[in-house]
Amino acid sequence: MITKSRLFIALQYVFLICLIIACIVPFWLLIASSFTTERELIEHGYSLFPREANLDAYRYLMAASKGVLRAYMMSIIIAGTGVLTSITLTVLFAYPLSRQYLPGKQIISFFLFFTMLFNGGLVPTYMIYTRLFHLKDSLFAMIIPGLLMNPFNVIMMRTYITSNVANEVIEAALIDGAGEFKSLIHVVIPLSKPIIGTLALMSFIGYWNNWTNGVYYIQKRTDLYGIQNYMKNVLDSVSALQNQIANGVGVDVTDLPSMGIRMALAVVGVLPVILVYPFFQKSFVKGITIGSVKG
Amino acid sequence: MRSDKKKLIRRIRKCWPLYLMLVPGIVYLIINNYLPMFGVLIAFKKVDYSVGILKSPWAGFSNFTYLFASKDAYIMFRNTILYNAAFILLGNLFGLIVAIALETVRKRFFRNAAQVIILIPYLLSTIIISYIVYAFLNEQNGFMNNTVLPILHMDPVSWYNVPAPWPVILTVVYLWMSIGYTSILYYSTLIGIDKTFYEAAVVDGASLWQQIARITLPCMKKTIIILLILAVGRICYSDFGLFYQVPMHSGLLYKTTQTIDTFVYRALLEQNSIGRSSAAGLFQSVLGFILVVTTNAVVRKVDKESSLF
Repeated sequence: MITKSRLFIALQYVFLICLIIACIVPFWLLIASSFTTERELIEHGYSLFPREANLDAYRYLMAASKGVLRAYMMSIIIAGTGVLTSITLTVLFAYPLSRQYLPGKQIISFFLFFTMLFNGGLVPTYMIYTRLFHLKDSLFAMIIPGLLMNPFNVIMMRTYITSNVANEVIEAALIDGAGEFKSLIHVVIPLSKPIIGTLALMSFIGYWNNWTNGVYYIQKRTDLYGIQNYMKNVLDSVSALQNQIANGVGVDVTDLPSMGIRMALAVVGVLPVILVYPFFQKSFVKGITIGSVKG
Repeated sequence: MRSDKKKLIRRIRKCWPLYLMLVPGIVYLIINNYLPMFGVLIAFKKVDYSVGILKSPWAGFSNFTYLFASKDAYIMFRNTILYNAAFILLGNLFGLIVAIALETVRKRFFRNAAQVIILIPYLLSTIIISYIVYAFLNEQNGFMNNTVLPILHMDPVSWYNVPAPWPVILTVVYLWMSIGYTSILYYSTLIGIDKTFYEAAVVDGASLWQQIARITLPCMKKTIIILLILAVGRICYSDFGLFYQVPMHSGLLYKTTQTIDTFVYRALLEQNSIGRSSAAGLFQSVLGFILVVTTNAVVRKVDKESSLF
């Protein structure tokens, strides 16, 4: 739009500034609470500008709780193996689909595509993974179900290869005697770095934020929990205790994990995503815009 | 004919490395997607673990009649569809407004900063969002009861026990976490509009609102329609985390927070009622399939290029 109306432009600024504040304030509340002293929290509740602040919650988190560190390590292991396997599967599936001369390309594309139209839903998926493959309470349950290969990502990758990696380059490599594997590794992958980066980022966020696999498939082996499931448990047990207090059931208040520590835990839990995000913001936006509408 | 066949076989043979590359992905799709598709038959079984699922006796439609006899079915279908309707309408409306605002603002630094910041909520896991909501709504220490309501001279509310405010809370939370995503989608089409349209319109004396109504919106029409239709195709699905974890799976809130997805989960893993759970799940899958295929047919009519298939 072209306008000289100062009022209109000013209104847009005001609107966006309000929106930015609305996006930050809840997040700010989380961070501010994690620095608030325990006494202050009990007296005045969570607030945006704590009157007393210190680092106690973080100190406690560092020193006392092995559980947090463990869950954190698990998350790193899960996300690490998950992203690597997922990218490998995606690239290996996308490259053949980008070759025009592959017999049966249509059938395989449809085989992939149909999974986006129809899915069995939670109950059969759960039954297959637990009864047929006995994945319950194993590390695989945190990595495999649902997250390993996303058809959307395969299609994005394939489109990228067909439109950005010149066919002649691949064919030249093949004529020079490189096999398909060699041409994939030495020609296609180096030329597809941007899209692979985008997909890896999306996949990392998917794994780091995933908690449903833990809820569905992990029952006894809570030592396999990643940071999200760990945080979920802390939140659940706190609210259960507070409900009992509210209902007048006598509970020793010292049992409650400190309120500040909980929020510090949440801050530590989002940290990797927030740290990674600014560096990859552009490719993240790209992933959103090409992934959703065009497919 | 015969030489054609031979040629094909030779081509297939030559492509063996490509087929080899496809194997891991195909295996994964079979395990993760195709086996569960056949598994939907479980909805017609009376599951008896002692003999195994395959050998369990058939139950006909009894699981479905059992499901639809209860008022659970009405509540979860109503909630799923009404929430989705609200999310689609408000989400797209806000997304569009934010996108237009982003485009109007000329300061590059400000525009980039705004884009970065409004996407942050989209990156947070549902668990973190639950923590944030809890920091607001928790009865004893929450921000609402301690800071906001006293300013408004209102009594504290025990949020996790009262179902009435939750439709508003969940809609606000949804908008908060999705606005960055929707607005960036719209923004990316908005910046593609040819600037000379506007220049010509200004020469002809078009006002700002005329520019929006006559140029911006018509140019966005395709994207808007496609996003709406795709969303309608997913109208019987819901974000499990938003409806399960954000309300802290409080049983007192079922009336306004139960959706098909939360019901399927609860019936399967909390009440061990596989029959009703799988019946609801199958209903959702089949309805979802029909809706996706029909909406896609509609998209094809509107704009062939944008249809999914």
